[in-house]
Amino acid sequence: MSANREMIFKRPQALSGASTHYCPGCTHGIIHRLVAEAIDELGLRERTVGVAPVGCSVLAYNYFNVDFMEAAHGRAPALATGFKRCRPDMIVFTYQGDGDLASIGMGEIIHSANRGEKFTTIFVNNAIYGMTGGQMAPTTMPGQKTTTTPAGRDVALSGYPIRVAELITSLRTPAFIARVAVHTPMHVIDAKRNIRKAFRLQKENRCFSLVEVLSTCPTNWGMSPSASTQWVASDMMPYYPLGIFKDPEREEG
Amino acid sequence: MAKKLMKGNEAIAEAAIAAGARNFFAYPITPQNEVGEYLSWRLPEVGGVFVQAESEVAVGNMLFGAASTGKRVFTTSSSPGISLMQEALSYMSGAQLPVVIVNIMRGGPGLGGILPSQADYYQATKAGGHGDYRVIVLAPSSVQEAVDLMILAFDLADKYRNPVMMIGDGMIGQMMEAVEFPKDYREPSNPDAKDWALTGAGGRAPRIVKSLFLNPEQLEKNALALGEKYKRVKAEEVRYDLYRVTDKNQILIVAYGTMARICQTAIDELETEGISVGLFRPISLFPFPEKEIHIEAVKPNIKVVLDIEMSLGQMVEDVERCVRGGKPISFYGRTGGIVPTPNEIKDKVRDLLGIKQ
Repeated sequence: MSANREMIFKRPQALSGASTHYCPGCTHGIIHRLVAEAIDELGLRERTVGVAPVGCSVLAYNYFNVDFMEAAHGRAPALATGFKRCRPDMIVFTYQGDGDLASIGMGEIIHSANRGEKFTTIFVNNAIYGMTGGQMAPTTMPGQKTTTTPAGRDVALSGYPIRVAELITSLRTPAFIARVAVHTPMHVIDAKRNIRKAFRLQKENRCFSLVEVLSTCPTNWGMSPSASTQWVASDMMPYYPLGIFKDPEREEG
Repeated sequence: MAKKLMKGNEAIAEAAIAAGARNFFAYPITPQNEVGEYLSWRLPEVGGVFVQAESEVAVGNMLFGAASTGKRVFTTSSSPGISLMQEALSYMSGAQLPVVIVNIMRGGPGLGGILPSQADYYQATKAGGHGDYRVIVLAPSSVQEAVDLMILAFDLADKYRNPVMMIGDGMIGQMMEAVEFPKDYREPSNPDAKDWALTGAGGRAPRIVKSLFLNPEQLEKNALALGEKYKRVKAEEVRYDLYRVTDKNQILIVAYGTMARICQTAIDELETEGISVGLFRPISLFPFPEKEIHIEAVKPNIKVVLDIEMSLGQMVEDVERCVRGGKPISFYGRTGGIVPTPNEIKDKVRDLLGIKQ
């Protein structure tokens, strides 16, 4: 690099540099980066422990440059609870998909949030089971075709998609709860702001924090990457509105 | 320290404190609720962590996370709750995490009942969850021994980086006996001394605690490493006790836990009738005292080996395996929460010796 050039963009220290296995057009890579940037900017890397889920991001521990645990399916919030209670001086986050968090792990996330466990959950909602090959998730949209709903999700048989951010917001325990998207640069910037705030509130030992991120799955949606980003806006966002649902700083005025 | 009269469950709780454990996660279930109730006030006194979880599934997985810090962590439960922890036990075994789990067994299967039982022997000793793994299993037969084994359990868990389970029947948990605790309580262990604990990747490469190995060669390598560890456990950690074992014995009883104590009463009474019976009491159920049972069973004076359990007969399969056809094996047991009495045991012994009653 010549002397008159300045490095203005580089890999965050909290990312390992390993190439990910994610499909083209999947937004896990963006979300990983935003989490890593937040960890770097808050100076937390050397005291952070991540918890990987079961699902597409099962190998997240290869991509982050922090200590990691690999949880059983849905149990990441229980691992995070156990760890954080024993080491309240450390920073703990779970990274979970919608099958992991909203189906098999619903009990663990609700009770962790309700106890006010002081860790951060990054909840990646792409409305489908990705790793197992595109089966219906609790977040699958009405009418959405999956490998277990070939005629589209029938709400008379499977109910409506679960809105996790709203569900956890209904708990009285103070928390930071937001839903963001990463399908446009503008949304990426907003997502970053909220993810950073979630980690900052944990750093200040304030509350449980959860950021739901609307994500894409071109492979299992059967769409091109660009059509997938459009589907997030046209089909997911009307049902899953973006915004901050709960904010301890707002509540305290 | 002077002896104290204590209920088994409370003594087990205090023993964990004595072992330097400060982190407890549990869900209420009879007949072991006194452990959690005791620790809910005792742990805050010593700066510890008490979490009442939403389920035993969560408890097991909280232990996974808590053990990853390198601190001493534990839970107590009873049979149906232990079933729900099998998921985490499999993962913790794969990830080689030290953790202590107490099962105060009640009758099953299913919701069963709340009275004492030894029907979880298979589950405890044969890998109750999925995969190639073993859990170290200890079985006390008195409240004092429950205290001693509880402390040992934490040491073994750390020594082998492996889950350790102490199984007692409901009677061990509920009865009161005089117990003595060590004069010097252990200090909580230092996580920084453990080269695998997650302490933050400052000045070193990140550490990962996991049981996932997608590459079959790596998964086999992990399984072989576990296998080597279990071999060391088998070589070094066999524990058992002999009672009235002499070359006059006509029968060798094999029994563990509360059942072994009841057998002692029967053996004492039979002795006054001139019938000589010895007791082999396994204390470690995994590792099972394989060679030691064989040696005692095949002695020329022994006519029959009699296995007695509060179950339909589970440990008896291990006894048969160890005796290897060297002697006839008989079994007597009651289940569902019914505890065999000394008279039932004496009748069984007389029957085996062809003594008319």
